[in-house]
Amino acid sequence: MTDASATPAQPSRSRSLHQTDANTKRRNAKEGRFKALGLGAIGLGLVFLVILMFSIISNGAGAFQQTFLQVPVYLDPAKLDKNGNRDPAEIAKVSTFGYAPLLQQGLLQAITDKGISTDLAKASELKNLISASAPNVVRQQVIANPDLIGQTVTFEVLASSRVDGYLKGRVKRDQIALDKNISVAQLDLTDALVKEGMAVKKFNWDFITGSDASESRAEQAGIGTSMIGSFFMMLVVLFLSLPIGVAASIYLEEFAPQNKFTDLIEVNISNLAAVPSIVFGILGLALFIQFGGGTLGISGLKASAPLVGGLVLTLMTLPTIIISTRAALKAVPPSIRDAALGVGASKMQSIFHHVLPLAMPGILTGTILGLAQALGETAPLLLIGMIGYIATNPPDGLISGFVDPNSAMPAQIYEWAKRADPAYYERAWGGIIILLIFLLSMNIIAILLRRKFERRW
Amino acid sequence: MNTVKLTASVLAITVASSAGAFARDNIQVAGSSTVLPYASIVAEAFGENFDYPTPVVESGGSSSGLKRFCEGVGENTIDIANASRAIKDSEIETCAANGVADIIQVRIGYDGIVFASQKTGPDFTAFEPADLYNAIGKQVMKDGALVDNTYTNWAEFNADLPDVEIAAFIPGTKHGTREVFEEKVMLQGCEDTGAMEAMVAGGMSEDDAEDACMAVRTDGKSVDIDGDYTETLARINSNPNGVGVFGLAFYENNTGSLKVATMGGVEPNTDTIASGDYPVSRPLYFYIKKAHLGVIPGLKDYAEFFVSDEIAGPDGPLAQYGLVSDPELAETQAMIADEQTMGAAQ
Repeated sequence: MTDASATPAQPSRSRSLHQTDANTKRRNAKEGRFKALGLGAIGLGLVFLVILMFSIISNGAGAFQQTFLQVPVYLDPAKLDKNGNRDPAEIAKVSTFGYAPLLQQGLLQAITDKGISTDLAKASELKNLISASAPNVVRQQVIANPDLIGQTVTFEVLASSRVDGYLKGRVKRDQIALDKNISVAQLDLTDALVKEGMAVKKFNWDFITGSDASESRAEQAGIGTSMIGSFFMMLVVLFLSLPIGVAASIYLEEFAPQNKFTDLIEVNISNLAAVPSIVFGILGLALFIQFGGGTLGISGLKASAPLVGGLVLTLMTLPTIIISTRAALKAVPPSIRDAALGVGASKMQSIFHHVLPLAMPGILTGTILGLAQALGETAPLLLIGMIGYIATNPPDGLISGFVDPNSAMPAQIYEWAKRADPAYYERAWGGIIILLIFLLSMNIIAILLRRKFERRW
Repeated sequence: MNTVKLTASVLAITVASSAGAFARDNIQVAGSSTVLPYASIVAEAFGENFDYPTPVVESGGSSSGLKRFCEGVGENTIDIANASRAIKDSEIETCAANGVADIIQVRIGYDGIVFASQKTGPDFTAFEPADLYNAIGKQVMKDGALVDNTYTNWAEFNADLPDVEIAAFIPGTKHGTREVFEEKVMLQGCEDTGAMEAMVAGGMSEDDAEDACMAVRTDGKSVDIDGDYTETLARINSNPNGVGVFGLAFYENNTGSLKVATMGGVEPNTDTIASGDYPVSRPLYFYIKKAHLGVIPGLKDYAEFFVSDEIAGPDGPLAQYGLVSDPELAETQAMIADEQTMGAAQ
């Protein structure tokens, strides 16, 4: 055993740094694989983002264009003003059902005048080309200006959703055999009208500014009214959650003693931030609508009112704002507080004159992100009646904006996606584009604010 | 701090002024999501043609609409409840207990329920109630005995149907459509196949047997859809063998992607449903609080406008959308003109 000569040959410990041994190679390969995986993950994320953006834009872009028809209408005095005295009250008695045949007759006349040949010989067979909203356009103008009666006036009216869909490629000839809302002859006529310049696609401002419409008039529907609803909800959220949230955070961060009670509050705030938003909807229904509006009888608190929607979203946004505000306050270095206190400022003065201004960019960023989250929220609105409601009336004032029933943008999109006419599907995607633009711009504002005002120590 | 004070005062003013000054001037409607499209079409035309504001129409289902309707009389309660079924006795009692004694029932027309599949899918072109019962009933007759449903293919019980796997998408239990489907299809199919007879012979009471007939198999071959018809459509689009239950109006708006099947040899369309030849249909209603007539401006005008020939008649916009207009519309019109309540009619 003492025979030293029997020691096995040691592997050579001398190695060159220029030569990687097996162990190093393995470690390098591991690192390479990890980098590739990371890149792959990012790449996959980007691919999905591109697919998402592509499908949203390709499905929704159509909603921003709409087909309009130019129809010369002879405003027949025999139909619109039987007594011939141009009395606005009597003219108003002719309902939109009285105007529809005039439009159809006008379109038929124009077709004949232009020499377009069609199998559709009767005016009533042109009904499917013109939107159901068109008679009201004519009626409103005639009521506003009764002198038009007896003249031939050219009106620009919406084409029906089927005609519009045909020109956008959504409605196809081989699929309409059983469709009673459009026929092949009517599509042939549409082609001819496009050639004559009587049917034109234009940018659809009404989609952005208009109100929702009933299921038979997809071509008329717009997201404007629910945008106003969202705006009023965001006002409520901003004016409630910002002061309450900031006050709560300042107290918790700067004044509150460290004890079990404040610990409990902190845990609860973190938990609240993670509560699913539908829970806030149920709470809102019980607290604001059934107790506040019902038991206490506060009449502004009722189903579908943006005020209630705003209150519910405030509850949802508060934890987010409190958490981000506290983080912003914590980020202000203690030396600032100490310096303020050192020159004789009271605690309150040191906070409001020094700490809060320095924390403001962080607070604002958190608030804007919280608002953006609230803007896109649908679930709580389900329960307080903002979904399943047809937002056709834009509010007519500040108070009415808060308390009159309205919808919100995400609720409107959900509502459109549910409807039978495929034209509404396109509008749902279009609504998503508008909502995304809002969210994107809010996030950009948040980033810019942070960039501009952020202080580093 | 100034912003806080300002905010507080602005909110105080808003709440205070809204609490005092609001006498409601718009009509409020809630209820069935099946009636919603029709009600919104009418509300829109009503707003255009009258000086009243456009009525507020909400959905939420027949039962929730009637529940809100029966909450009481006053500005904070709705004026009209839409329903895809007739009001129940228990609901009338609740209403009466809360002071809603006089209710006007208005039947606006009929809604057909159709069975459709993917346009390019297998040939589901003709169903009998018995076929659907065999496909999705919980207990079916097999070789003369009542057994738990183990059919997996349509062709197993009817050689005329395609030899593909059963995949049925039926409305969930919260839908009014489900009730009609159970009564008009499942119950009928249960009787036709002899399963009901076997159940009664097996010692069940008539009522229990009816309930058992309406039970649906739970092994995944039949899927309850709690959402809307758009969800059913999405399921059908992704499953070529799927058969779904739709409203006639929805089908008529999507003839490009759906193919409808006949029921008992009758093709569903407005004519066959109006004549009663197509078996699976139901009346649609709305209910008006009589106490609100004359208090809420325009309420009676709205009701009369809804059932006028121009709107609810066979050539009106509702029929264009898919409502089967009521052959007895004139009686309904007269009833509204007289403000005839349900009690008086009986």
